[in-house]
Amino acid sequence: MSLRARSLLKIAVILLIGFFLAYMLYFGIKIGPYQVAPAKKAIKLGLDLQGGIYVLLEAKPKPGETITDEKMNAAKEVIARRVDQLGVAEPVVVRQGENRIRVELPGVKDSQKALEVIGKTASLQFIGPDQKVILTGDNVSDAKAVYDNLNRPLVSLKLDSEGAKKFEEATKKFLNKPIAIVLDGEIISAPVVMAVITNGEAVIEGISSIDEAAQLAALIRGGALPIDLEQREIRSVGPTLGADSLAKSLRAGIVGVFLVMAFMILYYRIPGLIADIALMFYIMLTLIVFIMLDATLTLPGIAGFILSVGMAVDANVLIFERFKEELRSGKTLRAAMDSGFYRALTTIIDSNLTTIIAALVLFYFGTGPIKGFAVTLIIGNIASLFTAIVVTRILLVNLINTRLITNKKLFSA
Amino acid sequence: MRVYRIMERKWLWFGISLAVIALGLFYLVTRGLNWGIDFTGGDILHYNIGQPYSLDEAKKLMESFNLRTVEVREAGDDRQELIVRTVVLTADQQKKITEAIRQKWPQAQLIRAERVDAVIGKELQRQALIALIIANIGVLIYVAFRFEFKSGVAAILALVHDVLVMISFYAIFYIPVDTTFIAAILTVVGYSINDTIVIFDRIRENLKIMGKASFNEIANTSIVQTLARSINTSITTLLSIIALYFLGGETIKDFTLALIVGIMSGVYSTIFIASPLWSMFRGQHRTARA
Repeated sequence: MSLRARSLLKIAVILLIGFFLAYMLYFGIKIGPYQVAPAKKAIKLGLDLQGGIYVLLEAKPKPGETITDEKMNAAKEVIARRVDQLGVAEPVVVRQGENRIRVELPGVKDSQKALEVIGKTASLQFIGPDQKVILTGDNVSDAKAVYDNLNRPLVSLKLDSEGAKKFEEATKKFLNKPIAIVLDGEIISAPVVMAVITNGEAVIEGISSIDEAAQLAALIRGGALPIDLEQREIRSVGPTLGADSLAKSLRAGIVGVFLVMAFMILYYRIPGLIADIALMFYIMLTLIVFIMLDATLTLPGIAGFILSVGMAVDANVLIFERFKEELRSGKTLRAAMDSGFYRALTTIIDSNLTTIIAALVLFYFGTGPIKGFAVTLIIGNIASLFTAIVVTRILLVNLINTRLITNKKLFSA
Repeated sequence: MRVYRIMERKWLWFGISLAVIALGLFYLVTRGLNWGIDFTGGDILHYNIGQPYSLDEAKKLMESFNLRTVEVREAGDDRQELIVRTVVLTADQQKKITEAIRQKWPQAQLIRAERVDAVIGKELQRQALIALIIANIGVLIYVAFRFEFKSGVAAILALVHDVLVMISFYAIFYIPVDTTFIAAILTVVGYSINDTIVIFDRIRENLKIMGKASFNEIANTSIVQTLARSINTSITTLLSIIALYFLGGETIKDFTLALIVGIMSGVYSTIFIASPLWSMFRGQHRTARA
């Protein structure tokens, strides 16, 4: 095969890979048992883009109480169980640092209700007329919202064997007297004991709606929080604002990419066009890394990504400027290309490494959205190094080898 | 190739920067920064009013709640959104405010609510400062290692310049400072150092070629040789970020604006601060091979 044919083949292969990646990211593919979802579905969106609630809880010790790892983990479990009751598709409940718990509830609309469910201490107590605690929520093995025969909502409780015994004794002792049912220090109902209850079943009455009964039952099932938690940070974004932010930033991204590409072609002609192809590879590679890392895309993340598109062509700009200098000094296209790449390389590596160092620090010391931003910057930097140096170089060298375009003017000289 | 006498007018360039920073410091001292709720603690309520409304009426309505601080701002493409910033509210207060707004404008909807406790912001502030100092030290070590210590110091001073310009910008235009401000500053630091390194790289190369020239001449020549690249890269970067500023929506406008200012400051500082400082540190009258 002649050099020209081989070069053409190489260019065709790279373009085919590009088209394949583009197809895969746009439509997704399925090969045998392996499946790749389209990028639109595969990339997780942050709460700011899909709407939802973010809460940061901090443990607040009571006087004389210490916060232990076990208590924090237990609290996390309780919250996770309560969140499950809310029916959120992909909730996140994780510990953050020593004494904090982060809760993310994508898609939740009623923030007030969600916050109540998360934050309730839900310490349930049965208190006799002598003000002594008979039993607590720990003795409750199940709680359900039901209607009684008069169609009034109530919560039916099932006690464990220890609780059943205590309750039996109490109902014997306080027959015809009220037993108060206290949730978080508030009396919810105080039914008068009509009979001795031996089967370990109790009910909470005086609830206004079945929804309220369901919520109460869920709280009791979830158990009491072992420590007091304070809501330090709450961010809730409505689904319409989230969708709006996503649509707007995507549109801005497309316009931004288009402007950058147009500039490159207008200024650098053929090399500019090649850089634009490399830029498409850059965008696709970054998306693939994003999907593989299972990263969550946030609004600042998109901003960082769009900014990186502008910066990604920097390496190519450096190379092309060198290339122009070399062409002006009278070298052939091929020789100018080689030394342009070679001489720009140290600069590119030096300048990108310093940026990566700064981004690493950002990642290490930042939290939340800042961390995400740093990740985007680092991924962007490495991906752009690859596409601007490797992809552009292979395409340009082979294009020159085909001798299809020999006019130096088209190479921006 | 025409070489501009940039080094020779260094005091002019330094003066321009110092004037901007001095103005920023003036506002910083007299009025302070507009700390966002991330740092002060507080609530942000973002409503979509759903119809044209009068900002003055919204202000009056909010003032009727007698909160310690209240800031009311218009937002949205069609100016139909309302952003209220207050001290930390109780759930009850928030409910009442939303009810009052819905009473006045029945279509109004709460589309975003944020509440931050001041403790979180203080931690972030400290974290950001530490991150910034360590990032600078990291860059200094790398540049000192790859180039020389004096270049490292010049590069760091240019970075400090960019950070000060950005802070001044926030102070002068009283833009709320939140956590994204930190991200913006660190991005600009990354961008600006990238830019500075490109020129220093060229200077290092020219030091070998232009042995007999003065440091000023070498710096001037290096700037001109890399000028097209500096301009083009800032154009492409600015093109993408300006698109985001105009089309990206309300919640990131402040952030993108800060980036635009920072990126322009980064280009300026590379050419007009870092390079003259380098030449100054090397001694301006001797030749490179003296």
